Amino acid sequence: MTDPTLKTTVLNAAHRALGARMVGFGGYDMPVQYEGVLAEHRWTREHAGLFDVSHMGQARLTGADAIAQFQRFVPGDYAALKAGRQKYSLLLNESGGIIDDLMAGKPDHGGLYIVVNAGNKDEDFAFWRAHLSGDATLTVLDDRALIAIQGPEAAEVMVAHEPVLAEFGFMDCARLMLFGVDCYVSRSGYTGEDGYEISVPAAEAERIWNTILQDARVKPIGLGARDSLRLEAGLPLHGHDIDATTSPVEGALTFALSKSRKDAADFNGAGRILKELAEGPSRVRVGLSVKEGAPAREGAEIADADGTVIGVVTSGGPSPTLGRNIAMGYVPPSHAALGTNLKVIVRGRASACEVIDMPFVAQRYHRKPAA
Amino acid sequence: MHFTSDHEWVRLDGDIATVGITKHAADQLGDVVFVETPEAGKTFGKGDSFAVVESVKAASDVYAPVSGEVVEGNAALASAPETVNADPEGEGWFAKIKVSDASQIDGLMDRAGYDAFLATL
Repeated sequence: MTDPTLKTTVLNAAHRALGARMVGFGGYDMPVQYEGVLAEHRWTREHAGLFDVSHMGQARLTGADAIAQFQRFVPGDYAALKAGRQKYSLLLNESGGIIDDLMAGKPDHGGLYIVVNAGNKDEDFAFWRAHLSGDATLTVLDDRALIAIQGPEAAEVMVAHEPVLAEFGFMDCARLMLFGVDCYVSRSGYTGEDGYEISVPAAEAERIWNTILQDARVKPIGLGARDSLRLEAGLPLHGHDIDATTSPVEGALTFALSKSRKDAADFNGAGRILKELAEGPSRVRVGLSVKEGAPAREGAEIADADGTVIGVVTSGGPSPTLGRNIAMGYVPPSHAALGTNLKVIVRGRASACEVIDMPFVAQRYHRKPAA
Repeated sequence: MHFTSDHEWVRLDGDIATVGITKHAADQLGDVVFVETPEAGKTFGKGDSFAVVESVKAASDVYAPVSGEVVEGNAALASAPETVNADPEGEGWFAKIKVSDASQIDGLMDRAGYDAFLATL
């Protein structure tokens, strides 16, 4: 029975036809699994998984001042970004906290195309509407669905439909005709695997979803495996691993800070962020290998070798690829060095863990050789 | 065999109750990846959390369907938690409990009653 307060994506009937188990997520009625989380996780790592991510927010930001206005709130250099490229970035509040993480790119010459998280999209869009000035217009694309295909066979599957997709490298993006309709496509995703995210007109989404699924290398994948895949890839989930109190330095996301923007110090929260870069933050996100006992999940305390609580797990669980339990969480920098032995406390029991490098499972993005 | 509305099952042999979670519960959990069963000697009241079962996504408490003292936890589940999915109402049992009040069983559902209960969910 669908909770009537939940919104649906245009693929809702398709998920139900495939026998998906549906749950509420980010305000939407979404498939958590079809066949089973472990099987779907492994299928994505070995073949190609198809994800409905239409609950996420899509928007265009256009106008002569669009880039300059956008950059007031994100620390990436979008002015220098070439057409046909996209970047991961962070929407920051005045204290340098992460309102949301996002993807933004230049698929055409019409400004930015932006994808934000489902649970934050209303807040994000309201934030921009309240803060943008000059010639900058935000247009929410709520008439589009978003489909991701991820896994080592994703490129072969998609190239069979559209040969030009072979020429995309990781984080390349374009607006092009695909399946006979106007799409935004990027070679990106949130599983650590190679693949594409494809924004399609809502009215065409079910046809395209079913067309891609006809390939025997592709299976539909639910949010359960999406979460375990992104955890293995060491990618943070907003609202869990990062939030409006977390800075990019604490969140171990300094790669999202462009050098030119740090030098200019002209974005929201730059004061705190530059200070943390110079002096170190009070806490930092680390990866943990949990060596014994139950999985350490969000909320489990992290203790030092003496048992003193020093931090908290923000996500964790079993890694189907590695066959052991992994977690990410926050500890003081004094306890963040790789190899540091710590403990996680699960239901009152302390289990040994060790700070290890992320990603937990090697990412397999398709990077083009330098020209 | 008897069943609770929390999806545990109980099979009584003399005053020893073998308890586990139902096939419905195992199917709902999905892939079970970790089970924490109680040690012999622990005592639980009816309705107390006496074990934890974890799927890829979440940890769930399992509640004692009867009061009593644990005489054996199913240690085999520590190394083979997937048994709970494969055979939830057989090899996937959680614990054997020496019941303190066998009449507690009378308040539980039989198979037909449990199936009827599932149909209302």
